[in-house]
Amino acid sequence: MIVAKQKPLSELTAMLDGYRNVLAVGCGTCVTVCFAGGVKEVGILASALRMARRLDGEPMSVAETTVQRQCEAEYIAPLAEGLDEFDAVLSLGCGVGVQTLAERFPGKRVLPALDTAFMGLPTEQGVWEERCQGCGHCVLDITGGICPVSRCAKQLMNGPCGGSQGGMCEVDTDTPCAWQLIWERLAGQGLADRLLEIQPPRDWSTSRDGGPRRIVRDDLRLPPAEDV
Amino acid sequence: MDQISAPAPAAQAPAPVRRFKSGSNLERMLAAGHFAVTAEIGPPKSHDAEVIRRKAALLEGCVDAANITDNQTAVVRLSSIASGAILVGQGLEPVVQMTCRDRNRLAMQSDLLGAAALGIRNVLCLTGDHQSHGNHPGAKNVHDIDSIQMVRMVKEMRDEGLFQCGEEISGGGPPLLIGAAANPFADPFELRVHRLAKKAAAGADFIQTQLVFDMSRFREYMKRVVDLGLHEKVAILAGVGPLKSAGMARHMRDKVPGMVVPDGTVARMEAAVDGVAAEDKQARREAWRAEGIRICIEQIRELREIEGLRGVHIMAIEWEEAVRPIVEGAGLFPRPAPEV
Ligand code: SF4
Ligand code: SF4
Repeated sequence: MIVAKQKPLSELTAMLDGYRNVLAVGCGTCVTVCFAGGVKEVGILASALRMARRLDGEPMSVAETTVQRQCEAEYIAPLAEGLDEFDAVLSLGCGVGVQTLAERFPGKRVLPALDTAFMGLPTEQGVWEERCQGCGHCVLDITGGICPVSRCAKQLMNGPCGGSQGGMCEVDTDTPCAWQLIWERLAGQGLADRLLEIQPPRDWSTSRDGGPRRIVRDDLRLPPAEDV
Repeated sequence: MDQISAPAPAAQAPAPVRRFKSGSNLERMLAAGHFAVTAEIGPPKSHDAEVIRRKAALLEGCVDAANITDNQTAVVRLSSIASGAILVGQGLEPVVQMTCRDRNRLAMQSDLLGAAALGIRNVLCLTGDHQSHGNHPGAKNVHDIDSIQMVRMVKEMRDEGLFQCGEEISGGGPPLLIGAAANPFADPFELRVHRLAKKAAAGADFIQTQLVFDMSRFREYMKRVVDLGLHEKVAILAGVGPLKSAGMARHMRDKVPGMVVPDGTVARMEAAVDGVAAEDKQARREAWRAEGIRICIEQIRELREIEGLRGVHIMAIEWEEAVRPIVEGAGLFPRPAPEV
């Protein structure tokens, strides 16, 4: 899932300075599961903003709604009705949700309430960890199902750097060294020798380095209108 | 080019042709079978070339080549290649360090060509410490390629005259002796020898290790290295360095990732100031430093007995004055001249 967390209230009040009537839009998918932008979080944040603005002597009304999936146009289309009365939309979706709203309603100010952090999973109650950076060419087959792109601070492809100690990464003693994990996983599967193979330089053009990415599936595209 | 030219055959009895990869002094010393000595110079956090010249002067005659660190510990310093060029001008051979942290493959190759054009003949390929511990923690890191991929890239540049993309380098590749680092003390231990094997297979000519304090672990490491025959593929230089104080010994033992300092070494440094008044800061400092140099000399003497080891790399960080007494004390002074 996409993992995000709410921006500090002070940043949000500064962002919303001057707006009087705001629509807060949550999302029922990833950010609901990571407790950052679901129905409940929209309610709590809306009250906090109302209160903060009241205390500042600049009251603001905040309406609340949550769509099932903010990153798809069809789910946000119904918001069009009644949107005129708001002078800004505060999205509690991930960065994709914010942009979907902004694309669908280009005349409207759409503001982000969350800092979108990574693609990951919950490892225990209240803890989420990154697992994938969408590099566009997955190497999990080589690395025992542990991602060196997102989990090694140096994105190494050929084994641990000299800073790995006691199973932990040199960057932070609370973060496991990805290459220690890869080694243990492969050794456990009797495949440790695979790590002797030299992995060549990666082609990062499939990653963000190649520019904005796009996937086109001709088999799924609809025929041009005139052919229908 | 001088670095690959063989001595002109004598008219009557042709001398055996000896070709060098880089022609560097370090390469010739190793080829001649001498126990090599290198040391480290940390460039200043300024554009003051005098600092480099002064440090280089302290090493002249004591070492076969001097490493120049590349933004070590992710702190911005005078560039390693520029420092290396200053050393070349002074007649001390540089080993220019280059990390994967600060450059992508374009910048690396461009800088390697530049280094060779400036007369630099040795490069040490490093991953680089993470920037979070340096003085620009908000910087982006690069890590386009890793250190093993870099070793291979430099080898293909040099030996095949090809850029990493496969395009030909006009006029041939840069004559560089290729070094890499090894840390026998990081974890997982089993993988450390694997990683050395990969560096050798990728084309490293020499290896400089992390500081060795734990002799028994290092012996164990070297035994595995020799069992695999890796010492014949790549020349291994053990990293050594004088401790400056008991506090430094404790810090290295407890705080530096990938470093093992045995309690016995810490205890020796602590005992060095027994009987010296706590107020007499100067006397304590001297007592510690003298003991640090003594321990380092003893270590080098022990290391020389280890099978497969081809030299030492002395890291006396911000204490280059210590190198000469260490080299002398270890019986490695004066440095022999390579015969070719
Ligand atoms: S290798 Fe790439 S695609 Fe696969 S998990 Fe890692 S970042 Fe994601
Ligand atoms: S310690 Fe491990 S995870 Fe951290 S940068 Fe080094 S190899 Fe990567």
